[in-house]
Amino acid sequence: MTTNELPRWATGIVLPILNLLSALLVTALVIHLLGENPAESMQILVNSAIVNPEGLAYTLFYASTFVFTGLAVSIAMQAGLFNIGAEGQMYLGGLGLTVAMLAFDATLPWYLLIPAGMIGAALFGALWAFIPGYLQAKRGSHIVVTTIMFNFIASSLMNFVIVKYLIPPGEQNTASRVFSTDAELPRLSDWFPILGDTPLNVSLFLAIIALVIYGVMVSRSSWGYKVRATGLNRHAAHYAGVKISAMIIVTMLISGALAGLGAVNSIMGSTHYLSLNFVGGAGFIGIAIALMGRQQPIGIFLSAVLFGALTQGGFDLSLEKPNIPPEMVIVIQGLIILFCGAMENLYAPALAKLLKGKQA
Amino acid sequence: MTFEDLHLGSIVVSTVRNAPVLLFAAMAGLFAERSGVIDIGLEGKILASAFVSAAVAFTTQNPWYGILAGIAISVVLALLQGAIAITQKGNQLVAGIAINIAMSGLTFVVAQYFFQQGGRTPGLGDARLSEIVLPGSAAVADVPVIGWIWTQLLGGHTILVYLAFALVPLVHWVLYHTRFGLRLRACGENPHAADAAGVSVEGTRYGAMLIAGILCSFSGAYLAIVQSGFFLRDMSAGAGYLALTAMVFGNWRPFYTFLGCLMFGFFGAVQIQLEGVDLPVVGRIPGALIQMVPYVVTVIVLAGLMAKSVAPKAIGVPFVKSR
Repeated sequence: MTTNELPRWATGIVLPILNLLSALLVTALVIHLLGENPAESMQILVNSAIVNPEGLAYTLFYASTFVFTGLAVSIAMQAGLFNIGAEGQMYLGGLGLTVAMLAFDATLPWYLLIPAGMIGAALFGALWAFIPGYLQAKRGSHIVVTTIMFNFIASSLMNFVIVKYLIPPGEQNTASRVFSTDAELPRLSDWFPILGDTPLNVSLFLAIIALVIYGVMVSRSSWGYKVRATGLNRHAAHYAGVKISAMIIVTMLISGALAGLGAVNSIMGSTHYLSLNFVGGAGFIGIAIALMGRQQPIGIFLSAVLFGALTQGGFDLSLEKPNIPPEMVIVIQGLIILFCGAMENLYAPALAKLLKGKQA
Repeated sequence: MTFEDLHLGSIVVSTVRNAPVLLFAAMAGLFAERSGVIDIGLEGKILASAFVSAAVAFTTQNPWYGILAGIAISVVLALLQGAIAITQKGNQLVAGIAINIAMSGLTFVVAQYFFQQGGRTPGLGDARLSEIVLPGSAAVADVPVIGWIWTQLLGGHTILVYLAFALVPLVHWVLYHTRFGLRLRACGENPHAADAAGVSVEGTRYGAMLIAGILCSFSGAYLAIVQSGFFLRDMSAGAGYLALTAMVFGNWRPFYTFLGCLMFGFFGAVQIQLEGVDLPVVGRIPGALIQMVPYVVTVIVLAGLMAKSVAPKAIGVPFVKSR
């Protein structure tokens, strides 16, 4: 039942594609049962997410956020930690960013303001991940359960903070005030007018830089080696001299910081204010991206673009097809996690048999 | 509203009414996890059975058909989880989370398709379970304390409430005093020893998942058919996760898990009662902060500051028969 017998190209490329196709097949079945044409729906989805330049810009805009949450979940996974808390960490990251903006956006110039926002986001995200990390390292509390609890706590806490402190007097909308224009990240449509009025901004490049740093750190540095050793066999790593509890805490801090940075694209790149529930499930999508991308930089990028396309295309699809609400995207996400994560070895035995037959 | 208006009695009664959602799910999780399968997909199963039982109960105007349909969908999902965890030896955490996410979306999509009411079902009206009035209620209703105990605390609930509370000693008996329970615990602690003793580990785990599926469905049915009288998007609101933590809190033992469920039920009741109440010293506590209390308590429990909980040893580990 193991995939060890299979060559790397099979486990890295063929199996994920087969799993993805299975998820899409079930999706097509659901769309069919809802009384719509799956092929036509798929065409609408692809057209509005990739072919149309404005749609592509939206796809990449969503992907820029997803890269960060995907990286957050991936780095923790490398150390054997299943961080389900990226949702709450990104939410708190948004708060950190907003606190920095509200404090400084009247005084600092843009070249100090934007880094301040990023530091605020990373810092708050890291702090929110620190507690579950610390509890896992020192008290043995299960990281999955604590990070789930921290998502709930984050949601209640943010509700309280936004309603009580951040809504400007006289406003009804549950959101902070709009930041000054100095805090707006440059949009790519300023340079490429074909992208139209879309929020795609320089965060895309930040995401790519983060992917490169992640790739180098994890697979080329001695620190990355220790992280992977911790994830593969905690006891062996311990005997090899790796300080496991420090490793867990540091990895969770980085994971939380990455999740927090996801807020930069959503807030400084698009809305320019903090609103209730701005994360909108991006943290959970990060889990799917990490699983599908097998924690590899290129895999994470491709999966982030895929989920960006699903978000954008699914939204357009719901506008054109009355029976397919935007929530259909959540179903597709669940199916992709199911097939690409939980059942990742579904086709491994069959594929192994097939390859063996060819060699003989 | 002032502090004097807080009725301890109504907090106790609503604790009793809040508990079954958690109790059914936690007892379901107990079977799955004691057999060695992590059941983080409780939330998704609760949602699915809540929607299906509400939809079927509304369509047939019969709550019992609703409950049966809820059992069916929950069992299907539990067996899917079982197939991944037991036969495929896949990642059990990921399977559960995938089911939770897929069901959160699918219940909305299907509810919207059938009822066109923004992802909720129409109100069930008469298709809800009726409340049981204990004999002699009218006679004792005016007696001060006894009247309240007889008509509100003990009586006036639906059959599912009594079933939930009766389940606790029943689960205890099955786990600790039956042959199946012994085998179940063995599979969760040391599957290789169980296997050597001639117990089918796979069969026992599938059996546990089947029971978990049935029990979990009542949780959803209770939410939709008894508590609210309709299905609403994501109406389980973390109950599956809370049930799971009640189980961790209770050290995977029925009676302590029961106490955990009561604690969460109590906080749920207090939250509703405290909304907008001026308390002495602290003043008015915002609802969002009270909402946080059970989760914070859970984290404190998980940190081992109240009690240390020890999971079944083989939990989450796929069983590979040694040759």
